Amino acid sequence: SIGQENNTHTYTHLDLTQNPLKKIWMPCKNGLPEKHISQRRVCMTNCPTLIVTVGLPARGKTYISKKLTRYLNWIGVPTKEFNVGQYRRECVKIYKSFEFFRPDNEEGLKIRRQCALTALNDVRQYLSVEAGQVAVFDATNTTRQRRGTITRFAEQNGFKVFFVESVCEDPDVIAENIVQVKLGSPDYIDCNTEEVVEDFMKRIKCYENSYQPLDEVLDRDLSYIKIMDVGRRYLVNQVQDHIQSRIVYYLMNIHITPRSIYLCRHGESDHNVKGRIGGDSGLSGRGKEFAKCLEKFIQEQNIKDLKVWTSQMKRTIQTAEAVAVPYEQWKALNEIDAGVCEEMMYEEIQGHFPQEFALRDQDKYRYRYPKGESYEDLVQRLEPVIMELERQENVLVICHQAVMRCLLAYFLDKSAEELPYLKCPLHTVLKLTPVAYGCKVESVFLNVEAVNTHRDRPENVDTSRMPEEALFTVPAHQ
Amino acid sequence: MSQRQTKLTQNPLEKIWIPSMSSKLYRRRGSTVPQFTNSPTMIVMVGLPARGKTYISKKLTRYLNWIGVPTKVFNVGQYRRDATQSYKSYEFFRPDNQEAMKIRKACAIAALKDVCAYFMQEQGQVAVFDATNTTIERREVILSFAKENGYKVFFIESLCDDPEIIAENIKQVKLSSPDYAGCDKEDAVADFLKRIECYKVTYISLNDEKDRSLSYIKIFNVGSRYLVNRVQDHIQSRIVYYLMNIHVAPRFIYLTRHGESELNLVGRIGGDSGLSPRGNKFASALGGYIRSQCIRDLKVWTSHMKRTIQTAEGLGVPYEQWKALNEIDAGVCEEMTYEEIQDHYPEEFALRDQNKYRYRYPKGESYEDLVQRLEPVIMELERQENVLVVCHQAVMRCLLAYFLDKSAAELPYLKCPLHTVLKLTPVAYGCKVESIFLNIEAVNTHRDKPVNVDVDREPEEALLTVPDHI
Repeated sequence: SIGQENNTHTYTHLDLTQNPLKKIWMPCKNGLPEKHISQRRVCMTNCPTLIVTVGLPARGKTYISKKLTRYLNWIGVPTKEFNVGQYRRECVKIYKSFEFFRPDNEEGLKIRRQCALTALNDVRQYLSVEAGQVAVFDATNTTRQRRGTITRFAEQNGFKVFFVESVCEDPDVIAENIVQVKLGSPDYIDCNTEEVVEDFMKRIKCYENSYQPLDEVLDRDLSYIKIMDVGRRYLVNQVQDHIQSRIVYYLMNIHITPRSIYLCRHGESDHNVKGRIGGDSGLSGRGKEFAKCLEKFIQEQNIKDLKVWTSQMKRTIQTAEAVAVPYEQWKALNEIDAGVCEEMMYEEIQGHFPQEFALRDQDKYRYRYPKGESYEDLVQRLEPVIMELERQENVLVICHQAVMRCLLAYFLDKSAEELPYLKCPLHTVLKLTPVAYGCKVESVFLNVEAVNTHRDRPENVDTSRMPEEALFTVPAHQ
Repeated sequence: MSQRQTKLTQNPLEKIWIPSMSSKLYRRRGSTVPQFTNSPTMIVMVGLPARGKTYISKKLTRYLNWIGVPTKVFNVGQYRRDATQSYKSYEFFRPDNQEAMKIRKACAIAALKDVCAYFMQEQGQVAVFDATNTTIERREVILSFAKENGYKVFFIESLCDDPEIIAENIKQVKLSSPDYAGCDKEDAVADFLKRIECYKVTYISLNDEKDRSLSYIKIFNVGSRYLVNRVQDHIQSRIVYYLMNIHVAPRFIYLTRHGESELNLVGRIGGDSGLSPRGNKFASALGGYIRSQCIRDLKVWTSHMKRTIQTAEGLGVPYEQWKALNEIDAGVCEEMTYEEIQDHYPEEFALRDQNKYRYRYPKGESYEDLVQRLEPVIMELERQENVLVVCHQAVMRCLLAYFLDKSAAELPYLKCPLHTVLKLTPVAYGCKVESIFLNIEAVNTHRDKPVNVDVDREPEEALLTVPDHI
């Protein structure tokens, strides 16, 4: 008798409309979409999270802060770092010496405390007013008192707190840190290496006496991860929610061993030549030439223990076969699924689906092809690839245009707006080498001609535009 | 420079491209999942009795098998039960019981031998060695054994000093153990507590200093704290992540498909159609059922497809959309009836019947792909408490297979009829399932494996098991 009582029962849950950009189904009233909680992707946080670094200078806190921020933004969690040292540099224009950090320097202490409070204020602004989800508070935070201040601040504002402590006593690691990132610091312009090292070591000493590491007993109710000896050991305490769990997983997978990541696309394919997107075609003659050149390039690079990854599409595998190194196939590296537009030329897409074509130009990152994917979907799909790239050392990834743009955006910290327009031409290898807080990129064109497959954003993105305006930026093809 | 032949053929079942000639570069079978283990791995449990070692062993094994890593548990207590007559009392475990010590050591050795056989002969990749392993001496034996054979070792130590948790453990799994069959409850508890005392005398926990070169995770008090040391590789990293996400808080997981859809009615697969009138009735009925369950803080998840969202809308509570919960992509066969698939793609249809788990639709997915796609969903389900998942037939089969430990062969044939809610309750070492049909008729969408799966079979033989539709 369920549902039989009321013959005129209106099933309002029938009323759904599909958002034309992202193809998300949402409830609507009178034909108009209703604001509903279901519009959000999988919710990762209810309240914003404040990540607080802890540790002596030169323990990798800023390295971790920047890397974590880059990762979280890439997976779609709006994150920003707040480096208190930066606030101090803005306040105290010229850094003279380690004496500023002496624990008995009252003036210095006042300024440093003020900087921390200013930074916290900006954190509040970011998380409460600007819809940020995670703020990374990057400072030494080495005393229980300072951490207490931060915890109270977070409680008052309804933020969750997660501490990331880096503990390291290996003098070689500390020395390398100083060389990598302190030499180039604004604090030490016009200083020679010896001067920098000497001053910085004294700076570290200033903090050592008052350093109170997170304690297993005293801090048992805090949520934190303690990273020891650059990742040899971790202590993880009271992980509260999904985002903290993801952060812990990420931190446990990254390393600082020097290595290089090579990104390239498959060699030119038959579809590329004809200006068709997607599909599963094989390499053109020039594409095969490229594959041979790639083998030569890889050999000349003389890389230790190189891993090679491809997608499961014919063109990347054909390319890898020529490189003559064992390779792994990842379905996750497959090119973006263009759904109903698969194997079409841009001219055909304009002809059959002009509105879709315009929507894509309006928001290329979020636009999902009908029965296909968006760049946003791609990033989700590629997250396990990124995680494994972090674990690995020397890797060559042979993939596709949209996929390569996503991976590159992760390494070079590009925004969602820039990502879909990153230039990833055929027959060009990008060699990425982590350095200091970022990534050095070398672009190597392997001297085999190929079509251009990069379509810039046209000026007119209105659905009412003329076909010529839409097709203006389509690259030439057969 | 070698004249590399880039001739590839596409394996017809999984649609994996492989070189035509036997290439030295592509050694392993075409798999949708990159394999990251070279050497087999031994996971070695450490801890006093009633610390959840077997619970962790079984759960971890279930997870690893589900994601495609062949894993097996070797429970030394089981070997002991097989070796000795019947359990008399805790005296067997007294550290000064020489006779028993001999038997216990022999059992451990026998189990290790079986681990070897599992790796060598059965293509196992991970063996979970479930025993107390509380002494340095015993752990040394295992480490030597592993070293001789080239196995990696990862320890999982469970430490707990909360008497309530231990008491609950004993209640949940020890009282029903074969050791205590026919025993009075209080006697069993008393005996077991004395058993634990026997181990305490010689228990040496993994040591920060002495064991710093070993790979391990220490779990304190059911997960409030973890110590992780020297994770060596991908699989150990995944294991650590999994262990850090599971919990033992009681909760329910409800699995259901969307209400009957328009395409269901006409026997078409895939697509993105809306609910049929009966499907709508189901959505209302589901709302009624959920309200009657009075669930605390229920989370509701759907896919991005219209039919699951319409179903959830009927509940009147907030829900989250997961693209990962979308139905299996049938590629070129999307929105076809089985009759049409037989007509257009008879060979594909036969291949699918030959190996439904690995079969990938042309330009589509396989069940094996689905499992990879669903892994983050499972991980988040482990983190959560009360959840209702409104999904699809193939997706629900994958999720159910995870909770009920079904093999890859069984998974694609699990029965997940429309308008039926499965209520899963974790209990002891597994999951209790209750099936609730909400009394709204719907078409049957379950197609059994036909008798004849040969490519050269007659159409009627292929279509014999197709369920009725309009």
